[in-house]
Amino acid sequence: MTVGLEHFLILSAILFSIGLYGALAKRNAVVILMCIEIMLNAVNIAMVAFSRYSHIITGQVFAIFIMVVAAAEVAVGLAIIITIYRSRETVDAEKIDLMKW
Amino acid sequence: MPSGVPLAIFLLPFFSFIVISFVIRPFLNSKPKLSGYITIASIGTALILSFWVLAEVSNAPGHVLSMPDYEWLVIGDTVIRLGVTVDALAAIMLIVVTSVSLLVQVYSQGYMRGDPSYSRYFAFMSLFTACMLGLVLADNLLFLYVFWEGVGLCSYLLIGFWFHRPAAARAATKAFLVTRLGDFGFLAAILFLYFKTGTFDIGELQSLALMGAIGGTALTWAAIGVFSGAVGKSAQFPLHTWLPDAMEGPTPVSALIHAATMVAAGVYLVARMFPVFASSVEAVTTVAVIGGFTAIFAATMGLVMNDIKRVLAYSTISQLGYMMLGLGVVGIGVANDAIALEEGLALGVAVGMFHLFNHAFFKALLFLGAGSVNHATGTFDMREMGGLRKVMPWTYASFLAASISIVGIWPLAGFWSKEGILDHAWDHQTALFFLAIITVFLTAFYMFRVVFLTFAGEYRGSKDVDSGAGAHGPSLHESPLVMVAPMGVLAILAVISGWLPVSSFLGGESVSFFGALASPMAWVSMILAAGGILLAYALYSAKWLSVESLRRRFAPLHTLFSRKYWFDELYERVIVVRVLVDGIFALFNWFDTRIVDGIVNGVAGGTVEAGKVIRRVETGQLQAYAIAIFVGVLAIVACFLIFG
Repeated sequence: MTVGLEHFLILSAILFSIGLYGALAKRNAVVILMCIEIMLNAVNIAMVAFSRYSHIITGQVFAIFIMVVAAAEVAVGLAIIITIYRSRETVDAEKIDLMKW
Repeated sequence: MPSGVPLAIFLLPFFSFIVISFVIRPFLNSKPKLSGYITIASIGTALILSFWVLAEVSNAPGHVLSMPDYEWLVIGDTVIRLGVTVDALAAIMLIVVTSVSLLVQVYSQGYMRGDPSYSRYFAFMSLFTACMLGLVLADNLLFLYVFWEGVGLCSYLLIGFWFHRPAAARAATKAFLVTRLGDFGFLAAILFLYFKTGTFDIGELQSLALMGAIGGTALTWAAIGVFSGAVGKSAQFPLHTWLPDAMEGPTPVSALIHAATMVAAGVYLVARMFPVFASSVEAVTTVAVIGGFTAIFAATMGLVMNDIKRVLAYSTISQLGYMMLGLGVVGIGVANDAIALEEGLALGVAVGMFHLFNHAFFKALLFLGAGSVNHATGTFDMREMGGLRKVMPWTYASFLAASISIVGIWPLAGFWSKEGILDHAWDHQTALFFLAIITVFLTAFYMFRVVFLTFAGEYRGSKDVDSGAGAHGPSLHESPLVMVAPMGVLAILAVISGWLPVSSFLGGESVSFFGALASPMAWVSMILAAGGILLAYALYSAKWLSVESLRRRFAPLHTLFSRKYWFDELYERVIVVRVLVDGIFALFNWFDTRIVDGIVNGVAGGTVEAGKVIRRVETGQLQAYAIAIFVGVLAIVACFLIFG
C-alpha cells in the first residue's frame, strides 16, 4: 500500500475533528487552547500534503507562517489564562462569562 | 411735486418711532415729554405734506398722480414692484389719518400726562400712524397686507398698553385673534389673485377685473376673501366682538385707532378694491348685507350699554356698517347695470369714503369727549356721571356737536354722508334701506342717551362737585387746554366736514347746501332722528317715562341686547371651548397621544421586548459562539456544494 494524498487528508480531517470537538466541548481553557493548536496543525498537515503533491511551495511557506502565529498565539493565550486564573481562581470556560449581559 | 413727498409722509412718523424707541427711551428717559413733541412735530409735518399732496392731486388730470415705482424683489420670472398710489382716495385718507392723528397726539399730552410709559405710548402711536399711512399709500396688495398687519400689531400693543390689567391683556389678545381670523381670508384671497393673475398690483387687478379677465366664481371668492379681511378689521358682523373689548386701551387710542382710522381701513380696502367687488354681484351683495345688518345689529347693543366707551364702540361698528352698506348698494347698482360703470365706480367710493371722512372727525371727537369725562370723573360708567354740563362746558359743547353730527341733523357733517348712503340704499336695495333707516332712529336714541346720562341732570358719582374747593378728594373740573383745544378743532370739523367737497372730489355727486332739504328722504331720516332724541329726552332727562318700567316691559329684548346676543358666549364657550377644545383639539390630542405617541412608544417598546428575547442568544460563552460559527460555516459550504 502506497501512502497517497488521501491518507494525509484523512489524518488531517481526523485531527481537525478531534480539535474541533475539544474546542467546543471541553471546559478547561488550557485544553481548549491545546485543541485549537491541534486544529491548526491539522491544517498544516493538509497544506504540506497539498504542497507536496502539487509541487507548489506556497503551502509549505504557509505552514511555517501558521506555526509562527500559533506559537505567538499560545504565548498570548496562556498568558491570558494565567491572568484569569489569578483573578477568578478557575480556568473553567463556562465560568469565565465576563462578556455575558 | 417731488416723488419723495408721499414717501416722506410715511417715513416721518416712522422716523419718530425709531427716535423714540432707540434714542429717547434708552438715553433720555428722564425727559419723556420729548417723545410727545417729536411725535407731534413729525405728524404735523406729515399733515402739511398731505395737504400738498391733496393740492397736487386736485390739479392733476383725473385726480391721479403717477409715481415712479421700484423693482423690489425679483424671484425667477416674478418681479414685485414697490410703489405708492397717489389718487383722490389716497389723498383724502392721508388727510384723515394725519389730521386726526395729530389732534389725538396733542390731546394725549394731557390725557397721558404722568403715565410711567409715556414714551412707549408715543412710540406705538407713531408706529401706528406710519403703518396706517403706509397702508393708504401702498400700491400693491403685498405691501398693503404688510401694513395691514402692522396696524393690527399696533392695535394689539395699544389695547394692551396697560398690560398689567388682566382685562386689557385679554382684550388685546382677543382683538388680535379675532382680526387674525379675517386676515386669513384676506391673505388667501391675495395669494389666490396672484396665482390667477400673476400680479399683486392693485391697479392691474382692478383693470383685469373690469375687463373680465378674472371673473365668475373665482372673482367672487377672491372678493369675499378680501372682504373677510375688511370684516375683521372693521369689526363687522360676525367678527365684531373684539371692538367693544378693545375699549380697555387708553381713550385717545380708541379715538385714533378704534374709531377714526384703523377700523376704517376695512372700508378703505373695499373702496380701494371697489372695481373688483363691483364686477361680482354676489360680492357686492355680501358687502351690502353684512354692512346693513351690522349697522342695525350693533346699534341695538349700543342702546343698553352703561359704559360710555362701549356705547361709542358699538356706534362705531354701526357706522362702519353704514359705510360698507354705502359701498355695497352702489356696487349692486353697478353690477346690475343700473349705474354706468365709470360713474358708478367713483360714486361707490365717494359714498362710502365720504361717510368715513365725516365719521373720522365726529367719532374721534366723541371718544376724546369720553376721555375728557373720564379724566374728570375717573370712570366710564354713565350711571356714575350726570350733570357734567355745568363743570365741563367745553367738553359738553363739543360732545353735543359730535352727537348731532352723527345722528345726521342738517346741516352738520353726518347728515350729508348718511343721506347719500340712504338714498342709494333706497334706489338699489330697499330691504337694506329699511334696516338703515331704523338704525337712524336707534343712533339718535343711544347717542342722546349718552348725552343726557352724562351731561344732564344731577351728578350721581362720588366725587366732589364744587370745583376748586378741594376740601375732600379730587374735584370735578374741565380738562386742561391741551385736551380741550383738539376737541374744539374736531368739533369745528364735525360741523363743517360735510360741507367740504369731498364727495365730488372723489367723483360722486354733490348736493347744494339748501337743496338737500328738498328731498323727502332728508325729512324722513331727520324726523326719525328727532324721534330718537325725543325718546331719549323723555326717558333720561325729563323722566316722563320710567326707564325701569320700560326695561321690565321689554325684559327679553333688554337681556338680549345687554348680553350682546350672547355672541361672546357663543364664540368663547361654544365654539372655542365646546367645538375647538372639547371637540377638535380633544380629537387632535387623542390622535397625538394615542396614534403619534403610540407609534413612537410602540416602536421603542417593541424593540425593548424583542431585545429581551434576543439577548438570551448572547450567552457570553465563547464555545457557544464557536459552535454557531461552525454551524454557519457548514451551512455556507453546504450551500456551495448544493447550489454552486
